[in-house]
Amino acid sequence: MIPGVSIEEKTDPLQGQILEVSMGPHHPSTHGVFRMDVKLDGERIVSLKPVFGYLHRNHEKIAEDVSYLGSIPYTDRLDYLCSLTNNWAYCLAVEKLSGFEIPERAEYIRVIVGELTRLVNHTCLMGFFVQDLGAMGTPLMYAFREREKILDLFEGLTGARMMCNYMRFGGVRCDLPVGWIDEVKKVIAAFPRFLDEFESLLTQNEILIARAQGVGVLSKELAINAGITGPCLRASGVGHDLRKVDAYSIYSRFDFKVPIGAHGDCYDRFMIRLLEMRESLKILDQAIAALPSGQIIDPKAKSRGLRPKAGEAYGRIEAPKGELGFYLISEGGPSPYRYRVRPPSLINLTVLEDMCLGGTVADAIATLGSIDIVLGEVDR
Amino acid sequence: MLGTGILRGLKETARNVIGSFREKDRLPTVMYPEETVKTKENFRTFPFLVYDGDHAMPGLRCVSCRICEKECPPQCIFIIQERDENNKAVKHPRVFDIDFSVCMQCGICAEVCPFDAIKMDNIYELAGEDRFTGLLVDKHRLAKSNHYYHQIKPTEANEVDGRLAEDKRKAEEAAKAKAAAAAAKAAPPPTAAT
Repeated sequence: MIPGVSIEEKTDPLQGQILEVSMGPHHPSTHGVFRMDVKLDGERIVSLKPVFGYLHRNHEKIAEDVSYLGSIPYTDRLDYLCSLTNNWAYCLAVEKLSGFEIPERAEYIRVIVGELTRLVNHTCLMGFFVQDLGAMGTPLMYAFREREKILDLFEGLTGARMMCNYMRFGGVRCDLPVGWIDEVKKVIAAFPRFLDEFESLLTQNEILIARAQGVGVLSKELAINAGITGPCLRASGVGHDLRKVDAYSIYSRFDFKVPIGAHGDCYDRFMIRLLEMRESLKILDQAIAALPSGQIIDPKAKSRGLRPKAGEAYGRIEAPKGELGFYLISEGGPSPYRYRVRPPSLINLTVLEDMCLGGTVADAIATLGSIDIVLGEVDR
Repeated sequence: MLGTGILRGLKETARNVIGSFREKDRLPTVMYPEETVKTKENFRTFPFLVYDGDHAMPGLRCVSCRICEKECPPQCIFIIQERDENNKAVKHPRVFDIDFSVCMQCGICAEVCPFDAIKMDNIYELAGEDRFTGLLVDKHRLAKSNHYYHQIKPTEANEVDGRLAEDKRKAEEAAKAKAAAAAAKAAPPPTAAT
């Protein structure tokens, strides 16, 4: 008996043997501590139950206990690959609640760091995804090499590489350091070369095509009904992007396209991310060119000792993984009465069984990799 | 034709291998710990207490107002205020402990401190043998001079020094104005006296 692995044998004279396998929670392909309770008929999956909660940290209840400001560093730890967009969604909710105005410059800085975060997330995801398919090391290391350059930018601006804790209610914490924008320009200018190389390395690779095309198909109807958001939804052919739909912040000013897939399979989900990165680069170019000078935080806004008037607000943004929303209820106290996170990873996981049924175990791994989950966000 | 995609991928790999000898961009790693990457000025790890002058303990800027203790999200700061022989509160911490094993390096303490007394350090090689007392850092280990602060974060430290000097000048002016007003009140103007 191997600890952590339960094997249950069920014999059915007509079906043959159904084997129940517990994949995870320490399976390297589950991107953290996530378990799939899989029933197998031979190599085919007949049932799959996602089991999560191994990384539960009581985030929502803690946030109801600390001040509004004190929650910002905790939101960094939700989706730890893209802390800046987490900050942004939370600040947006609090700003709606207390009616702060965000100065122009702060909005532009937010867009710049938000799109850089999208680049970080998608490079990581593509690396991890092909790693799950068996491309051990090489593409992941290339992806990480590019990600490091953006993390260096974050370090120069916010002081931390991953746990940035940068946005504040009504703006951002500190202004851009001298020469930072030039460094961003350098990184952005070099990024298309990486994308081109990555594309020619992978997109026509026969092994990737064989493993990803037609695997883990998510139909358009199911995607809409299950509330799937982000690249997973767009890969299924639904053109829904909150940057266009809500046009929150200043996204209405930028010229960019929303890539849409056709088949909803793993390959489409992979390609969507590649295309989205190119669009992000376009937004970054425009935002940097138009970056105004001025204040970086609303002078009326206060971070410490904030007591918004009683009410409720829902702030949502298009995070790299999908719609990230924060729902806050205030009773006028120093901390929210209710604090609820709508994590895109968790909602996108709910259709995992539908995508995996009938496929092989190896397909389930590929499908899970293409959904792009971060367990810090799923379990909170 | 089957296999061309793989061959194209191999070409990329070869380009990266050869490129890693020529371009810094393709091989950004360094041989840690012999070599280290220079950290950015904004880089933050754990908090430290700034003191002015040559001696740490009388020079601490901290007045033990305990704002950082209240605002710290994981509650890793512990402060007891100093008291003199008459049991009167003194603007100085008797105990100022930070538990580095709990601290999450968010920097909120430095942000909320109204006296610029607590700032974020940039040391990162902190591994120790002792898990409990080794990471519970008291005020003597936390205290670092303003000179050190200028060394690690010159831009920020100059800004802070300027602000503090400005505050001091204003306070002195206000005190002077107050003294002048008090003097004028004590000695009534001659017109009123006649």
